[in-house]
Amino acid sequence: MRALILVGGFGTRLRPLTLSRPKPLVEFCNKAVLLHQLEALREAGVSHVVLAVSYMSEALEAAMREQEQRLGIRISLSHEKEPLGTAGPLALARDLLAEGGEPFFVLNSDVICEFPFAALARFHRRHSGEGSLVVTRVEEPAKYGVVVSEADTGRICRFVEKPRVFVSNKINAGLYIFNPGILQRIQLRPTSIEKEIFPAMAQEGQLYAMELQGFWMDIGQPKDFLTGMCMYLQALRAQHPEKLHSGPGVVGNVLVDPSAKIGVNCVIGPNVTIGAGVVVEDGVRIKRCTVLEGARIRSHSWLESCIVGWSCSVGQWVRMENVTVLGEDVIVNDELYLNGANVLPHKSIAESVPEPRIIM
Amino acid sequence: MPLKAVILIGGPQKGTRFRPLSFEVPKPLFPVAGVPMVQHHVEACAKVPGMKEILLLGFYQPHEALGRFLVSAQQELRIPIRYLQEYAALGTAGGIYHFRDQILSGGAEAFFVLNADVCSEFPLQEMLEFQQRHGDVDSFVILGTTANRTQALNYGCIVANADTQEVQHYVEKPSTFVSEIINCGIYLFTPAIFQHIGEVFQRNQQELVLEESSNGWQRAEVIRLEQDVFTALAGSGKLYVYKTDGFWSQIKSAGSAIYASRLYLNQYSKSHPERLAQNKPGGPVIRGNVYIHPTASIDSTAVLGPNVSIGEGVTVGAGVRVRESIVLHGASLHDHTCVLNTIVGWDSTIGRWARVEGTPSDPNPNDPYAKIDSETLFRDGRLTPSITILGCSVTIPAEVVILNSIVLPHKELSRSYKNQIILLSLPCKSGCLQLPGRSWPVSEAGELRTCLSCVCTLPCRSRL
Repeated sequence: MRALILVGGFGTRLRPLTLSRPKPLVEFCNKAVLLHQLEALREAGVSHVVLAVSYMSEALEAAMREQEQRLGIRISLSHEKEPLGTAGPLALARDLLAEGGEPFFVLNSDVICEFPFAALARFHRRHSGEGSLVVTRVEEPAKYGVVVSEADTGRICRFVEKPRVFVSNKINAGLYIFNPGILQRIQLRPTSIEKEIFPAMAQEGQLYAMELQGFWMDIGQPKDFLTGMCMYLQALRAQHPEKLHSGPGVVGNVLVDPSAKIGVNCVIGPNVTIGAGVVVEDGVRIKRCTVLEGARIRSHSWLESCIVGWSCSVGQWVRMENVTVLGEDVIVNDELYLNGANVLPHKSIAESVPEPRIIM
Repeated sequence: MPLKAVILIGGPQKGTRFRPLSFEVPKPLFPVAGVPMVQHHVEACAKVPGMKEILLLGFYQPHEALGRFLVSAQQELRIPIRYLQEYAALGTAGGIYHFRDQILSGGAEAFFVLNADVCSEFPLQEMLEFQQRHGDVDSFVILGTTANRTQALNYGCIVANADTQEVQHYVEKPSTFVSEIINCGIYLFTPAIFQHIGEVFQRNQQELVLEESSNGWQRAEVIRLEQDVFTALAGSGKLYVYKTDGFWSQIKSAGSAIYASRLYLNQYSKSHPERLAQNKPGGPVIRGNVYIHPTASIDSTAVLGPNVSIGEGVTVGAGVRVRESIVLHGASLHDHTCVLNTIVGWDSTIGRWARVEGTPSDPNPNDPYAKIDSETLFRDGRLTPSITILGCSVTIPAEVVILNSIVLPHKELSRSYKNQIILLSLPCKSGCLQLPGRSWPVSEAGELRTCLSCVCTLPCRSRL
């Protein structure tokens, strides 16, 4: 089987991290987002994945060469010269997708969940429609595309993008499977699959919804990235508790790369991910954070709800909170207070940021 | 020459900007660089050869802390030290006039008068020698220092003859520029001063007789040195100014107490090196000038300074960082806390990993004549960022941040706070932080009002 991953855009909402790496290569719980998706696809029998990209494609290409061997699947890049939206890329990759004659998966690169690809394929084969999409229940559906479907068959009646009044609490989770025939509906121009293709398919009764079990998150912005991390770690606790870290000073779900070093008198967790080669010095308290590869957190600092970028150095007695995001190679001087600071790569911070702002 | 010294310590209605710290201890006894504010004055006076007696003058009721201070200071410095209590606030001249017999007893030929709420190098001997060189035996000396043109307007301004240093003109807090030489609140008088004060007293009495209704709080005996005596003496050939370049600052607010601490701690390297903490194996890391009371217990992984005073019985846990702060006695800082630009009140507790931080109000470091600003508590309806103050017995829970806030005594906080005054109800509009009580006006619709005790100390204005 084949799959298309919509990587597309600039990842502006996940800046400053995406200024250093393409978004799919940002590590989520110590593994590149894209890798979470590729591994899940391979497990469901996918042998060829097409990445629809437009930004930093060279970095992505190089990383994918490495993964091809390791995963044993073929990875192609479909490069958009101009942004094609969420449907246009399918047209661009038409030949690669239609080749096998089988249904193919499509997914947004921002989605993290308990990927149900095998179940989705089975669900799709049981009905006669052209496409199936995964839906999930959320508390605030107005931020997303909302789906109204028949309870017994799952056939979608209506598809409403970002509704202003409550319609349903089931939203489009960004995971699809389509018959190759759908490609005839899509032209090679900027097209929105949610606004232009799906409503028509739903009217014709060709679109079906399968409800997702388990957690789901769109991790395209830092706040949601951290919430998604909490959900993922919770699922990990249920399914593979041996992968989580334990020991003195560890509270709740904590994931630590084996090459990381943690000092004495620290309290780490709940909901913390520590990347490869990270050094956490003595007396540090970390809650609800992702610390990316190579960073150093110096002694007696206190971090909550932060993302610390690759190779950063956070000084002693620093307090960081409220979705502070440090880009790559940022240095934070001792004794500072960062509240909701968004710091671009390679900056040195010498003054506190008591109220949220972007530091260039 | 037999000398005396009088230190004006004021009373409870004065020094309102020092609240809430002054709720627990009279402001003149507040510790600055590890010892009570007036102890610096007392030590400086005791050093002057010929000093016979030091008198503290104010209108505080007898207070246990004041009594203890007098006893221990007398024992240590071996010089008589007494407290003279005014029956009412008599002003900076009214008090010394009332007690003139006591001041001159024992044949004092000259006496210093010092305001308690200043921080200074106290060049008293130099003032004495200056007086003997200039003017006649009955002349008086004001200690002056240089301020910048804008800030000078907040002080008493002195215009003096460049050769003789005779004061030609004196204006207290002018609204337009008069001079950059300002009054430090430290004077050298001879017994002749009482004659001049007496003349002011007579004039006041005559004026009151002429006025039909008395406001009740306006008394003939309330005489101010600055407005009533110096302005009259200027140009008479009796008043001189001795200018100093040594350090000097007013201590009106909590922020200025931290600044004054820094100045005195700096001076300790010459005057009291035994009061400065040193780096020792097994001891905390000391950066710059730090005072640590011998009974304080400090973990060896703590990093203290510069400009830190640690009081009696304080405990400082592992990995604690304290900088530019005063920690008052009995307080407890738990592991990994970070305390910056803060005054931690007596017996307060700061939980693990908490961050307690204020904003310094230091004078502009690029201007050698800049003075600390007399900050207003509010500006445009918002709290001006300032030193964080934790009152007595405040509890800060673990892992929170307290930023630019004032926490009134006995509060136990449960979350972070920034830029707030944490108390039971709204503060007085003038920023005096009066606690609720009979003198507290009802505030309607959240509107700030001036409390009754502030109304009383301001020029007569319509009651709210």
